Amino acid sequence: MHPKTRGKLVLTVVGWLAAGLIFFPIFWMVLTSFKTEVEAVATPPKLFFTPTLENYITVRERADYVHFALNSMIISVGATLLATLIAVPAAYAMAFFPGKRTKDLLLWMLSTKMMPAVGVLIPIYLLFRDTGAIDTRWGLIVVYTLMNLPIVVWMLYTFFKEVPKDILEAGRMDGAKPKQEVWMLLLPLSLPGIASTALLSIILCWNEAFWSLNLTTSEAAPLTTFIASFSAPEGLFWAKLSAASTIAIAPILVFGWMSQRQLVRGLTFGAVK
Amino acid sequence: MSTIVLKSIQKNYGAVQVIKGVDLSIDDREFCVFVGPSGCGKSTLLRMIAGLEEITAGDLIIDGQRINDVPPSERGLAMVFQSYALYPHMSVADNMGFSLRLAGVSKEERRAKVAEAARILHLDKLLDRKPKELSGGQRQRVAIGRAIVRKPRVFLFDEPLSNLDASLRVQMRIELARLHDELAATMIYVTHDQIEAMTMADKIVVLQSGIVEQAGTPLELYHHPRNLFVAGFIGSPRMNFLPAKVTAASDGATTIALANGANLSIPVRAGRQRAGDAVTLGVRPEHMRLAGEGELVGEVMVVERLGGETFLYTQLTDGTMLIVQADGEIPTSVHERITIKLDPAACHLFDSGGLAIERMERHPLANLRRLPTRKAS
Ligand SMILES: Nc1ncnc2c1ncn2[C@@H]1O[C@H](COP(=O)(O)OP(=O)(O)O)[C@@H](O)[C@H]1O
Ligand SMILES: [Mg+2]
Repeated sequence: MHPKTRGKLVLTVVGWLAAGLIFFPIFWMVLTSFKTEVEAVATPPKLFFTPTLENYITVRERADYVHFALNSMIISVGATLLATLIAVPAAYAMAFFPGKRTKDLLLWMLSTKMMPAVGVLIPIYLLFRDTGAIDTRWGLIVVYTLMNLPIVVWMLYTFFKEVPKDILEAGRMDGAKPKQEVWMLLLPLSLPGIASTALLSIILCWNEAFWSLNLTTSEAAPLTTFIASFSAPEGLFWAKLSAASTIAIAPILVFGWMSQRQLVRGLTFGAVK
Repeated sequence: MSTIVLKSIQKNYGAVQVIKGVDLSIDDREFCVFVGPSGCGKSTLLRMIAGLEEITAGDLIIDGQRINDVPPSERGLAMVFQSYALYPHMSVADNMGFSLRLAGVSKEERRAKVAEAARILHLDKLLDRKPKELSGGQRQRVAIGRAIVRKPRVFLFDEPLSNLDASLRVQMRIELARLHDELAATMIYVTHDQIEAMTMADKIVVLQSGIVEQAGTPLELYHHPRNLFVAGFIGSPRMNFLPAKVTAASDGATTIALANGANLSIPVRAGRQRAGDAVTLGVRPEHMRLAGEGELVGEVMVVERLGGETFLYTQLTDGTMLIVQADGEIPTSVHERITIKLDPAACHLFDSGGLAIERMERHPLANLRRLPTRKAS
């Protein structure tokens, strides 16, 4: 075999293995959600069984899925909008008017993501308690905005860097004020990048569990709390937990699937242009 | 009416000074060309006038008003970029009408003004296209169209023709000159190409490493270069330089001896030069003549025949290379020996510091200006 062809083959196999490895837990979870509780914990695990919708029915009876899903949606979209609103001017300034410390600032912003969230749990909890933000949607929106801001700024910065400076300068010469320059030139030109940034932010918000579990109870609780409520103290019910998880991730999975082309294009924007 | 005055303009990038104090005034309706080697600061100077680059020190005055701190969007200048910098997401018509849209001009008026500019630039049929559907030359026109639509106080061009092929470049050069005539506007044009400078400018500003070496009409720079740099930069092929020694200096003529012993009396003003001083003789290729006898003798190494004229790359006996322009019809071939006669009146003399020693006669065309024939309406 030609070495180039062999290399390609190896790469393909490795790719499929990695994809399988990542996808397997999701596959197993969906499978488990159609089993009875007994089948779910059977050893060795059963691959063939009579599927049942029983878990889904129980899950629906026990909790108001729509309420949680709506919270997830409002909070994810809200936090993403707010983060984008703050990040666009920041990334614009950093990309087109960099100072001596811009690079350091960007790195520092990203480095805050390396700090474990528990480290600030107590102060944030106290702040939330004193401002009445516990179990409110706006409270979570604020936390998620701050949580994702470094990544959103960083990504927008990268995409803005791809926009030729000349074009914005031409706009400035044509009489565009900074706001018009951003709105009428920069945003339309970096739309794919902005879209993929927003998508990533929505996904990150949707999947966030630490803050939502600690800062919400019922009113503002998103789907992550919904899932957690099925790991009851009286023991784990794997099948019901799987059913709850499946319907919790279903919307974002479908959303991600539909926008995957956009997402990949955005994430590889700089690399393949 | 737009005049521009630069008063000791400086630009620093951190600790590096790239513009080192430029004084300049550009008259109304003048076509002013900044020319110089790459990296000398032409773009930086232009961008400071545009407002795209902050001015570190000095005053920039347009029509009597100091505008250092006025943002580019409020200076009322238009700029054409080397990369064209068209808005890729807008049609040609929207590109050209963008400034009017920002200024709040009504849709009908916008359409009329864009149509007018499109007519001047022969873009009528392309108005609905996107920039990526245009050729380089067409994009260039759109970029120029975008500038003229808004009737700016001053047009700024940063190497606008560099990305075009040679024949298109010549065509656009002529068109820009015509446009200058038609619009009767003040224009500043940056190029590294001295031919563009010579052909289009009313005033050429020669820059080198952030300073103005000389500013003047094309023929002033050609006939009265202030120093060796300008003498070598203006004119093509470049001026020949030969080392020489002063043997006698009087008012009206300085006699020099070349390396091969030949003597020549050059009509320049009496300066500080004394007998024995080292000087440099400058002679343009087009001012040398092949003759039976003359001051210089050399061997032809390369013959470049352009048809109408022939360039002889000649090695003198002392090894110096010389470019001689001769008639297109001469039969001279490689390795032939030629004798060159110099015309003292066409020779330039530079002192040991590289500064030109002033010539006795000022060239009659040195002050010729090519101002717009039409009056500004
Ligand atoms: N943003 C910048 N930061 C630092 N140095 C710069 C910057 N822009 C230009 N320079 C330097 O300034 C000098 C002049 O640049 P420029 O005006 O672009 O030259 P030109 O247009 O004549 O080729 C160059 O030496 C260049 O390296
Ligand atoms: Mg330049």
